[in-house]
Amino acid sequence: MIDRKMWLVLGLALVASGPAFAQGTPAERFITVSSTTSTTDSGLFTHLLPLFKAKTGIEVRVVSQGTGQALDTGRRGDADVVFVHARAQELKFVEEGFGVERKPVMYNDFVLIGPKADPAGIKGGKDIVTALKAVQAKGSLFISRGDKSGTHSAELNLWKAAEIDIEKVKGPWYREIGQGMGAALNMASAQNGYVLSDRATWLNFRNRGDLDIVVEGDRRLFNQYGVMLVNPAKHSHVKKAEGQAFIDWLVSPEGQKAISDYKIGGASLFFPNATQPGA
Amino acid sequence: MDALGAMQAAIRLMVTFDPQFLQIVGLSLRVTLTAVLVAAIIGLPLGAWLALARFPGRTALIVVINGLMGLPPVVAGLVVFLFLSRSGPLGPLGLLFTPTAMIIAQTILVLPIVIALTRGTLEELWQEYREHLTSLGLTGWRAVPTLLWDGRFALATGLLAGFGRASAEVGAVLIVGGNIANYTRTMTTTIALETSKGDLPLALGLGLVLMALTLAINAAGYAASRIGTRFAG
Amino acid sequence: MHGMPTILPLQVEGLTLHRDGKRLLDGVGFALPRGGVTALIGPNGAGKSLTLRLCHGLIQPDDGTIGWAIGSGRIAGRPRHAMVFQRPVMLRRSVRANLVHALRALDFDQPEHRAGAALARYGLADLAERPARLLSGGEQQRLAIARAWALEPELLMLDEPSAHLDPGATRQIEQIIAGLAAEGMTILMTTHDLGQVRRLANRVLFLHAGRLKEDAPAEQFLRAPASPEARAFLAGDLLW
Repeated sequence: MIDRKMWLVLGLALVASGPAFAQGTPAERFITVSSTTSTTDSGLFTHLLPLFKAKTGIEVRVVSQGTGQALDTGRRGDADVVFVHARAQELKFVEEGFGVERKPVMYNDFVLIGPKADPAGIKGGKDIVTALKAVQAKGSLFISRGDKSGTHSAELNLWKAAEIDIEKVKGPWYREIGQGMGAALNMASAQNGYVLSDRATWLNFRNRGDLDIVVEGDRRLFNQYGVMLVNPAKHSHVKKAEGQAFIDWLVSPEGQKAISDYKIGGASLFFPNATQPGA
Repeated sequence: MDALGAMQAAIRLMVTFDPQFLQIVGLSLRVTLTAVLVAAIIGLPLGAWLALARFPGRTALIVVINGLMGLPPVVAGLVVFLFLSRSGPLGPLGLLFTPTAMIIAQTILVLPIVIALTRGTLEELWQEYREHLTSLGLTGWRAVPTLLWDGRFALATGLLAGFGRASAEVGAVLIVGGNIANYTRTMTTTIALETSKGDLPLALGLGLVLMALTLAINAAGYAASRIGTRFAG
Repeated sequence: MHGMPTILPLQVEGLTLHRDGKRLLDGVGFALPRGGVTALIGPNGAGKSLTLRLCHGLIQPDDGTIGWAIGSGRIAGRPRHAMVFQRPVMLRRSVRANLVHALRALDFDQPEHRAGAALARYGLADLAERPARLLSGGEQQRLAIARAWALEPELLMLDEPSAHLDPGATRQIEQIIAGLAAEGMTILMTTHDLGQVRRLANRVLFLHAGRLKEDAPAEQFLRAPASPEARAFLAGDLLW
């Protein structure tokens, strides 16, 4: 015996949810780009992607992760294009055959953020190495991303430049949180610590509390972004034409202008340099 | 950041019908409702089978399923991720970073709740109805429609509990959906994102909307159980 | 019903049932011809309810046979004996839906129409849309009997039909049973109420410790029981 009412209810539920199944994949063209949290959190993609789509009709789906994770996503073939900022890792990615060719796109810069009270006494300095040495010497609270992101590896390089073996000297003052830029800034804001941030994310960050920029302008703080097509020879499903179209647009004069046009409070966040040799 | 700002953000989001906000709420509901529906279609028969069948290892299976009710969403997400990744066994389907992947992950989260609750409800009902239904020749599978219908209020409460679990979780959808703007961005992943951007009023405002939704669902669940008690005694 | 195939008489022989090493029934045998009200009585634990359940096929005996005049007590695929349980099983639905559910389960045609007839006959029409589980004890028992009646059994088995009822409801149920018997339905019921036996039954099967001790006309059993166990039972020595 079958209870008619029950089947009726089940049938109605199925009918009602029909559209949910049907909507799964829109028919339009799209590519998946794995990128860093800084490009998304800064709002850059919100500015760029509609322009690109208007021109080409290609929808860009951005998965934002730390640079290391974003490269891994490309390695597994879960993205068509990788757009990150860690030059050495990018070159290795291409060398291993996962990426076709690395193209420089733009740079932004890192800034050292810290509490206005400035316990390490470094505010206003132009030399990041001196500043980090002071932070370490005074044991002032420092928040590290600790997530193998581009920012994290830049931070590690700066410790190295300051001739500090952070693995050896790190103590309770040095906190590796294993999270994104925003989370690190939130924690620095809550605990009044120093933190290395990309300028774009900082400018977009609302929950500043007592934080401010303490060191900026050092050439060693420049942060280069590169873009790569995931190698179709490794992953045959990679959307080569669409992905290449996105890369070509980013480095074209039009794309480069769009990047420099993105401003917050009148200030550019990213500086296009696709034509700069060796970037 | 203050509570007032959050309230204002929440109210602004709701009264202005901000299209992006509506899209996010719509996707959240679509993903979660579909996941609950799929979990019901799979879980109700499985739970019924588990309630009525007797086989070696049944108790162990029940214990495992009860345990899976507490499966951390991140773990469910990670497992689905590994399966759906292009380098995983189901990679050729190209489902990673799509709403479908999020539905799969949430279905896995909801399924144990549906199975366990169906099993418990139907087993209890079967104890009570066994002789009458046997007398009418309704044994085994033939008893299931009667038991499901008579357990409808308890089962509805269970489906709502599953809905609550799925709509509140962020770990699984973040991993398998990728939090892609306008595509796989749900309420919870938006809250996480806005928090990381330091826009705490907006994050909290979205949180309030999510809480209102959860509250409405729980009220519905409570009403269902009340009606059930009144009707079924 | 003349000329129609019938499952009666029922021939029960040597019914034996063990559970957990205990012998619950031991060689119970009797014949049940058409018509009349037969009361299964005896102290608690004598095996009355078990005997009913065995006859209805809800449990299987370890030994012995339950022989119907036709096949397995079914005609045209439908059981021709029905059972009303001591605690009526009320589905979590309306009174009417309880009837319709049973009729549908056994593939009766026009279940709604038949349910309506049962509601009218048993004075449940006004309660038709009420949740069955919220009826009073007497109303639930009436619904359980109506539900069994609607299935058109030749033999109706009732397990302690008035065990939990007040005197008014008990009288109503007894009137219903007497009415069914008068219409020619065969009744096999357990009871612990000797007054009920006197009022309803024309035959008594007395069970004691899993054995059938007496099988006698009710009037004779009540007046002059043959076995010492029955005499003690009637005297109240072995009350439950």
